[in-house]
Amino acid sequence: MSKPIYFDYSATTPVDPRVAEAMCSYLTLEDGRFGNAASRSHYFGWQAEKGVDEARANVAALIGADPKEIVWTSGATESDNLAIKGVAQFYAKKGKHIITAKTEHKAVLDTCRHLERDGYEVTYLEPEANGLIDLGKLEAAMREDTILVSIMHVNNEIGVIQDVAAIGALCRSKKILFHVDAAQSCGKTPIDVNAMQIDLLSMSAHKIYGPKGIGALYVRRKPRVRLEAQMHGGGHERGMRSGTLATHQIVGMGEAFRIAREEMASENERIRMLRDRLWNGIKDIEETYLNGDLERRVPHNLNVSFNYVEGESLMMSLAELAVSSGSACTSASLEPSYVLRALGRPDELAHSSLRFSIGRFTTEAEIDRAIELINGAVTKLRELSPLWDMYKAGIDLNSVQWTAH
Amino acid sequence: MASYLDHNATTPLDERVLEAMLPYLKGEFGNPSSVHAFGRRARAALDTAREQVAALIGAHPSQVVFTSGGTEANNTALKGLFSGPGEGAGLVVGAIEHASLLAPAAALARGGVKVQHLAVDDSGRFQMERLDELLKERPRLVSLMWANNETGVVQPMAEIAERCAEAGVLLHSDAVQAAGKLELDFLNAGPRMLSLSAHKLFGPKGAGALVLDKAVGLEPLLHGGGQERDWRGGTEALPAIVGFGKAAELALAEGRERLERVSALQERLQARLKAQLPQAVIFGEGAERLYNTLFFAVPGVESQTLIMALDREGYAVSSGAACGSHHEQPSTVLAAMGVAPELARCAVRVGLGHGNSEAEVDGFIAALKGQVDGLQRFATVGW
Repeated sequence: MSKPIYFDYSATTPVDPRVAEAMCSYLTLEDGRFGNAASRSHYFGWQAEKGVDEARANVAALIGADPKEIVWTSGATESDNLAIKGVAQFYAKKGKHIITAKTEHKAVLDTCRHLERDGYEVTYLEPEANGLIDLGKLEAAMREDTILVSIMHVNNEIGVIQDVAAIGALCRSKKILFHVDAAQSCGKTPIDVNAMQIDLLSMSAHKIYGPKGIGALYVRRKPRVRLEAQMHGGGHERGMRSGTLATHQIVGMGEAFRIAREEMASENERIRMLRDRLWNGIKDIEETYLNGDLERRVPHNLNVSFNYVEGESLMMSLAELAVSSGSACTSASLEPSYVLRALGRPDELAHSSLRFSIGRFTTEAEIDRAIELINGAVTKLRELSPLWDMYKAGIDLNSVQWTAH
Repeated sequence: MASYLDHNATTPLDERVLEAMLPYLKGEFGNPSSVHAFGRRARAALDTAREQVAALIGAHPSQVVFTSGGTEANNTALKGLFSGPGEGAGLVVGAIEHASLLAPAAALARGGVKVQHLAVDDSGRFQMERLDELLKERPRLVSLMWANNETGVVQPMAEIAERCAEAGVLLHSDAVQAAGKLELDFLNAGPRMLSLSAHKLFGPKGAGALVLDKAVGLEPLLHGGGQERDWRGGTEALPAIVGFGKAAELALAEGRERLERVSALQERLQARLKAQLPQAVIFGEGAERLYNTLFFAVPGVESQTLIMALDREGYAVSSGAACGSHHEQPSTVLAAMGVAPELARCAVRVGLGHGNSEAEVDGFIAALKGQVDGLQRFATVGW
């Protein structure tokens, strides 16, 4: 079988060839730029440091930050861990209450669970049916001892964009720090940490055509945000994150962010066109539902439930398409998506959902092929489905009393 | 191009490692957690790398947990253990450990853990009698490095492990400098946890591993996603990990060759240093050292000036650990060995690699001799 068509850009993206090229010039003896950026005594160290500085400026520029506010990490998971645990530990005397949402990425949720075991209190906000956080509910959850609000910018499963500017303003007015997991939004929707009043922002390279294994955390300097480091050592990154800087990875992230800054506007237009084409090609399939708000959403994502079709079977019948039934991190489990459940979707709909994510290298022909395959597969699976027959016969499945065997 | 003689700070990537990584930068890009074909191929590459790394150190692949590097591995071992389910109090670390171990130990101390430092003798070896005394207190963990990054001194790890095992105390070792240079046999002799780093053995930066006996109860340092069988959250850095695997494979296959080649270079370096600058002091001279490391001082010649001058002549060396090179203080390793601060400020570290040549060694000694003579002439005319 030839390679499937890739529709899983939210799980990870191919490295852009320009990024790969930049990375390869920071690896071998021949290029002379393989050095340890912390080596202050020789040419090789300085060359590496120069590459790191340029990349830092490129990452900062995409989010409207100062390069001094960028801390390199191994990825968004580490950034989330550092931001949340780092703030929780540093400001523990001020309070031990954190607010987040049920639809956050596991890197945020698991970190919060860990903090609960350490005596912190966490409020998990329930989003509205369209996936967005209600500001009134957020404000109502805020307390005297709330030290941090952590809300993601763009959801990894349903692609909805939270109004982080409004949340930022609310947090600032209550003097609560605001962390944003922007792993899915960097390069897909504009970010300005000052206009949005964001204090900490997690970034990942591999979601935006950079390499896996590198990310960054934006940490505001004015007013200054303090953190307890989670990786202690040689004091790299102004003491906030120790460890030898992975120069080639950092250079790759810098190049990916530079490209994103320059091409985001035109790329988004193209991707939106492809996304609309895909949605228009499948939305008329009977009992098909879009999960998450269609308007307040990045164009890269379509999360669709095909009622009376089991998601895993649908994925199997769509072997020619590389799609997922949720986030990659939880894809090994057969549990229905916790994100869709938090939206109030019934289990059956959550079970019958697929996430299509579109990216830089998706073509119109691939979209057309996908439309054809999806229509065919859904029809075929429903032909085999007794539930579908019952639905067509007008039986309300919720009223059926199932007997146990 | 300058001669690179600072392989203990980092190593250039082997071209064959780059070749192995390239497919994972161009074309193969799946997320190992994805169930589709792209993800499954990524998962297979991850498994291969795990086998290659395990083979280098004589471990079972399931014992290898990939991290972002040695610093993360050390932090996970220490903090993960002390926030894990185990019992016992107190931590013993070597006085000459790398900053990535001393700093998390200090963080634990701030959190109330009793941390004690195991002293070394004047040649940089751990004081075994002192270790026995500390073991009597039944600490929860002893963490002692296998080979030192500055002096290259190799510790008698089998003996240390035996004593810890007898006392029933868990042993971790930072083997970042030892892996690829010494034969490590994780399953049969030695510590129950090891920290490794790819970029010290001609692999890429951004990949490392914590190798551990799964009976050790650790709380992960990075939560979320459940990767590495719940030991470490976060999408795996696939190209770097593939590179780590290849570098480990090459280190295993070519270990003997590298040892012979680099040992000969080091002997030549040491002999010429002694002949040209008989006043030079070699640190850890009485101890077994890594075959590539020479840490020495020319009394009266401060290394800050000297290594800058050597860099201008095309020889990249350092005054000690790269991580500490933004600090002004002399080496903590030398201080622990009882070296006077005036002499420690003159320390120069040469870290050879198998890519170096006899000509580079000879050229370095000539440049060093020239610089020392020049600087001392200044000194004698009253500068």
